[in-house]
Amino acid sequence: MSLRILVGCKRVIDYAVKIRVKPDKSGVITEGVKHSMNPFDEIAIEEAVRMKEKKIAKEIVAFSCGPTQCQETLRTALAMGADRGIHVEVSGPEYETLQPLHISKMLAKLAKDEQIDLIIVGKQAIDDDCNQTAQMTAALLDWPQATSASKIEAKDGSLQVVREIDGGLETIKVKLPSVVSADLRLNEPRYATLPNIMKAKKKPIKKLAPKDLGVDVSPRIQVVTVEEPPVRQAGAKVENVDAVVEKLKALGHA
Amino acid sequence: MSQHSRVMTLYKTLLHLGKEYPGGYPYFRNKLKNAFMKNSSLKDPKEIDSAIARGEFVIKELEALYMLRKYRALKKRYYED
Repeated sequence: MSLRILVGCKRVIDYAVKIRVKPDKSGVITEGVKHSMNPFDEIAIEEAVRMKEKKIAKEIVAFSCGPTQCQETLRTALAMGADRGIHVEVSGPEYETLQPLHISKMLAKLAKDEQIDLIIVGKQAIDDDCNQTAQMTAALLDWPQATSASKIEAKDGSLQVVREIDGGLETIKVKLPSVVSADLRLNEPRYATLPNIMKAKKKPIKKLAPKDLGVDVSPRIQVVTVEEPPVRQAGAKVENVDAVVEKLKALGHA
Repeated sequence: MSQHSRVMTLYKTLLHLGKEYPGGYPYFRNKLKNAFMKNSSLKDPKEIDSAIARGEFVIKELEALYMLRKYRALKKRYYED
């Protein structure tokens, strides 16, 4: 098998950063905040690179959509082992309202243009937690999907995927071409060290605009308000069980 | 690769890794500089080789630290035990 894999990499606020909501409640502060690749997307890239090392895949294309800084995210993907990058440039207010549906349409168009056999994305982004892109992309392409994958095995033109579901683990077989979304336990991503980043500078990144892919990026969903979670109320200590019951009654919980 | 350029590459790699250090980049950069300065007077190539090997061990330790930290944070956030 020699698959061509398309991997989606989203540039998000770094997982370790403390998030601050903007005073006007329209969103989250992103100016001057450390950004990095979505951790689930790192797992997706790592899986693609491992498939290439096992000679199951022949080429890995990394994709990112957003402002110019997305090129850094693509460079990390290239440093981890992707062969080339595609950057769809969207910035400013258009970028603020970008949603999974737009990304799915871009991925679907690229899959057809670049003759992709397998699309791997992270199962969700840690900023919007949508968990929609893989599913919508598969629907647009009419391809089978295997979401929340924790193990992938390639066998003659199909994939055997172990999925993490609420009840435990589910093993399914999907024919290629298909869309897979990576879960946390799929693998441990390698770190993109400086020597690899330097080597990756030679790899090409193609720049496109949404209209080149025929995708309309106007929003279908409007964010009404963004608020911080309520501050945790202080608890109260009591002496014994009777005191607990008294307190509960006083608060109105009979 | 000459020993001098190996040392330089090691320093730059560690410096780049330090950007994600939980204790903060300035703290890491200071410690890194002091550690390299302490060994700056080494002359014997074998000693320099073992110092470089120690540096490469630190790289592996840092990568493991970052990986564990990220895995634990995501597991805590997304999975109920």
